[in-house]
Amino acid sequence: MRKVSRLSRFNVASLALGLAFLYLPILILVIYSFNASRLVTVWGGWSLRWYHEFFNDRAMIEAAWMSFRVAVSSATIATLLGTLAAVALSRGERFRGRTLFSGMLYAPLVMPEVITGLSLLLLFVALNAERGFWTVTIAHTTLTMCFVAVVVQSRLGSLDRSLEEAAMDLGCDPVRAFLSVTLPLIAPAIVAGWMLAFTLSLDDLVIASFTTGPGSATLPIRIYSEVRLGVKPEINAICTLVIALIAVVIVIASLASKLSSSQGESAAPL
Amino acid sequence: MTDELPKTHAATGAADGDASAAGRPLLRIEGVVKTFGTFRAVDGVSLDIKAGEFFALLGPSGCGKTTLLRMLAGFEAPDEGRILLGDKDIAQALPHERPINMMFQNYALFPHLSVRDNIAFGLKRAGLSRADTATRVAEMVALVKLEGLEKRKPDQLSGGQRQRVALARALARRPQLLLLDEPLAALDKKLRENTQGELMELQRRLGMTFIVVTHDQEEAMTMASRIGVMKSGKLAQVASPRDLYEAPRSRWIAEFVGDVNLFDGETKLRDGHRLVIGTRDAGTLVVAEPREPVGAGRFSIAIRPEKIKLSRRAPVSEAGRETMINSLDGVVADICYLGGTTTYKVKLDTGGIVRASVANSARLDVDAYSVGQQIVAWFTPDDCVVLPS
Repeated sequence: MRKVSRLSRFNVASLALGLAFLYLPILILVIYSFNASRLVTVWGGWSLRWYHEFFNDRAMIEAAWMSFRVAVSSATIATLLGTLAAVALSRGERFRGRTLFSGMLYAPLVMPEVITGLSLLLLFVALNAERGFWTVTIAHTTLTMCFVAVVVQSRLGSLDRSLEEAAMDLGCDPVRAFLSVTLPLIAPAIVAGWMLAFTLSLDDLVIASFTTGPGSATLPIRIYSEVRLGVKPEINAICTLVIALIAVVIVIASLASKLSSSQGESAAPL
Repeated sequence: MTDELPKTHAATGAADGDASAAGRPLLRIEGVVKTFGTFRAVDGVSLDIKAGEFFALLGPSGCGKTTLLRMLAGFEAPDEGRILLGDKDIAQALPHERPINMMFQNYALFPHLSVRDNIAFGLKRAGLSRADTATRVAEMVALVKLEGLEKRKPDQLSGGQRQRVALARALARRPQLLLLDEPLAALDKKLRENTQGELMELQRRLGMTFIVVTHDQEEAMTMASRIGVMKSGKLAQVASPRDLYEAPRSRWIAEFVGDVNLFDGETKLRDGHRLVIGTRDAGTLVVAEPREPVGAGRFSIAIRPEKIKLSRRAPVSEAGRETMINSLDGVVADICYLGGTTTYKVKLDTGGIVRASVANSARLDVDAYSVGQQIVAWFTPDDCVVLPS
């Protein structure tokens, strides 16, 4: 067991400073979302007025719904493709060009979003595709697939290969062995990958603004264009709702990956 | 019962008799070769395994014993050669197409399934009905004494219990052949010794054929009826534990299996069934002629430490046949007390060093020798093994 040492005063202070640096702005935003005043910087007492305003703002609701649909569909497609890629990389035969394939798969991780967005825009224009829901979904799938692949591949890497061999030894063909042993064991990682893809898509502004078309703005695009005309307290309310949603998703994702790693310990040899 | 699996379990007695009568082995490995890149992991192995045998593949790590086992299980396909189970060549068959099961080194229990579901896993695939599966699982649980733990997950079991689950899971399908990859390596010493006994008892009772891979020669000696020693992808010797120890075929095997004193020398004289060999380190030794007569030339003489007796004075040989005993004068150089035995390192006057292992048969060490004491180490010609140099 690792020894749990008591925190010194310096540790406590630096921890508090660090957390404040990260979360104070968000905390202020959340508090001001309940502000009754029309002015963003003046406190006028508690109120749910701006939440009410948001739910009556049709354009904003439509943008939120669009974002949600894009996030769900792109996360689902990305999870499917990312999982397949991870399985091919960690379980498949060592095919020719494997290193190149994994390099290309992980490139979007480090690629500046502006470049991804711009290149996709050029592609869609060249293909003469009508920009809207599907183009954003495809763009977000491109962005998030590699994150899913990373999460699933690391789980597969920690999984003992002899588990699949044992399944085959006990009468499963390779496909069945994967479905009955590997898949249940990597399921938490797949769920975590989906959640990650979902939040990444929900929060993306740059790629979405390159690849969307008129009349189908996502929530971040909508918020950004509103803010350019001046910050309305309503924006605070929307942001608070988004933070709440993402917090829930993150908590579920981390619970899922914790479950996944505790199973991994039991799968490891003695 | 819609059981497609062969029932070696019940019909063993008869099947065993038939097989030995026909003289046909259960498993025949013929010239099997497996290469990884340019490395020949298994290099032309041929071997027959009889039904009901407990066979051990023994060798240092990297000798190819695990690769050979994996080819029997179907996880690797041989590049050359045939693997015959009965009359069928299974060399290219997939793992799930073989009536062979394997117990994995790290057990490979499915962490998301309970003990019961782990054992039942292979039975479902074999198409057993629900009732038959339940009966078979209960039978297996009783066989490996896991009653009351059926609902536990693998991570709620001790190492010994996991080993039993792995064994039960591999036995549940009643394979014609059970492969065990270092089955006891993860257990501590005391538990390992008990489990060795249980495995032997189980194998005898079920009459099943076991092939175990191990790097632990004591384990192989204890459990197996026959041992195949592997070195660099080849079978160096296949013999009973006794023959392996007392009649090793090469210097390498003599050194790998157990402890040994080795002296290099040259034949000087042949006298009936005795050879007189002049060695550099131990003077002139009289040794028994090996089973297959050897010509003149250079040899290594191997003598196991427990065959060497120590005394204060040279022994008077029986009926005055003085040449029948090799006695070497020396000084005790080192003493290593091991509980049951004590190993004395004796520096010979002729220059060599000989290790003698003496049983501590009395509690009080009235007869023990001390370092620096003048001593005689002696052994008979029959205690010596002549090996090609």
